[in-house]
Amino acid sequence: MPARKPVAKSKPKGARKSAKARSKVGASGGKHKAASRARKAAKVVAKVIKSAHSEADLFAELGKLARYIQDARKEIVALQPHEVKDKFLPSASDELDAIVGATADATNAIMDATEIIEDVMGGLKGKRADQLMEATTAIYEACTFQDITGQRITRVVATLQDIETKVDGLLSAFGTGNGKARKTRAKPKKPGKIEITDADLLNGPQDAGTASTQAEIDALLASFD
Amino acid sequence: MAVDMNMNVLIVDDYKTMLRILRNLLKQLNFNNVDEATDGTMAMEVLSQKDFGLVISDWNMEPMTGIQLLRLVRADDKLKHLPFVMITAESKSENVIAAKEAGVSNYIVKPFNAATLRSKLVSVLGEF
Repeated sequence: MPARKPVAKSKPKGARKSAKARSKVGASGGKHKAASRARKAAKVVAKVIKSAHSEADLFAELGKLARYIQDARKEIVALQPHEVKDKFLPSASDELDAIVGATADATNAIMDATEIIEDVMGGLKGKRADQLMEATTAIYEACTFQDITGQRITRVVATLQDIETKVDGLLSAFGTGNGKARKTRAKPKKPGKIEITDADLLNGPQDAGTASTQAEIDALLASFD
Repeated sequence: MAVDMNMNVLIVDDYKTMLRILRNLLKQLNFNNVDEATDGTMAMEVLSQKDFGLVISDWNMEPMTGIQLLRLVRADDKLKHLPFVMITAESKSENVIAAKEAGVSNYIVKPFNAATLRSKLVSVLGEF
């Protein structure tokens, strides 16, 4: 049978219209925010000028401000952000990737052994066979930890990549960065977003305290019937 | 009607270990004809090659997610009635609602146990 091509995914008209509308709202909101920030900055400058009794006072205040910025810059440089960006963050990501690999290897080794037990079990009957079946089932269930752990670690790696981008932005702001942060998977959310997209639905695994139980999910599904 | 235990079952997950766990648990439930795919695109390819009686899919996969696969299956005239069970760590109610609206047959949250898997398959396929 010839291979069937997957159907191309297209957004419904309504969704496109909504996205456009959201974009307009976002652009308008950005202009308002910029205007608001400009008004606030003008007020601050006016306050400084008013509080300065003379031109000399004004220069003294501006000098203080310049020294404050320089000190902040020195402190940031002392933190060695290049080292954080170029060494620590990639190293942490690599270590986490190695953990995922190691747990996968261990899980496969456990299952190799369990499958051998199952093969041997095929020749047994009665209570002993049932006991072994229960034990092997429990081992397979326990092995699902690798999937959950892997997903959680992948989220941590994505967070580290976000931090890397922000550190790079900080370096660029102080004129010492190369502006070549690795691209992150996490994208900033658009302002004025209303609809739930497929990307909004990729958040698992949830924390133990907030995750729904199977019973709660069953009840939710049943409510559709 | 009795469940055909020789039916082809497709399991879809981007974690090889999870595919192996599912295959072994299904084998213990006497489903021996199990095929694998590591994302939605590959799953559609496999589904086009032979007849299947059940799909068990993860949600969070790249490039095509489980929910996108489910929508494609339900939009396909030949596959739209195929039982489709989602097994995922996505446990938020909006995920369950989105899956139900897309036509999911049942929904299992990870981590799961063999008893839950069996009960959901009985719910979808009938007693076996």
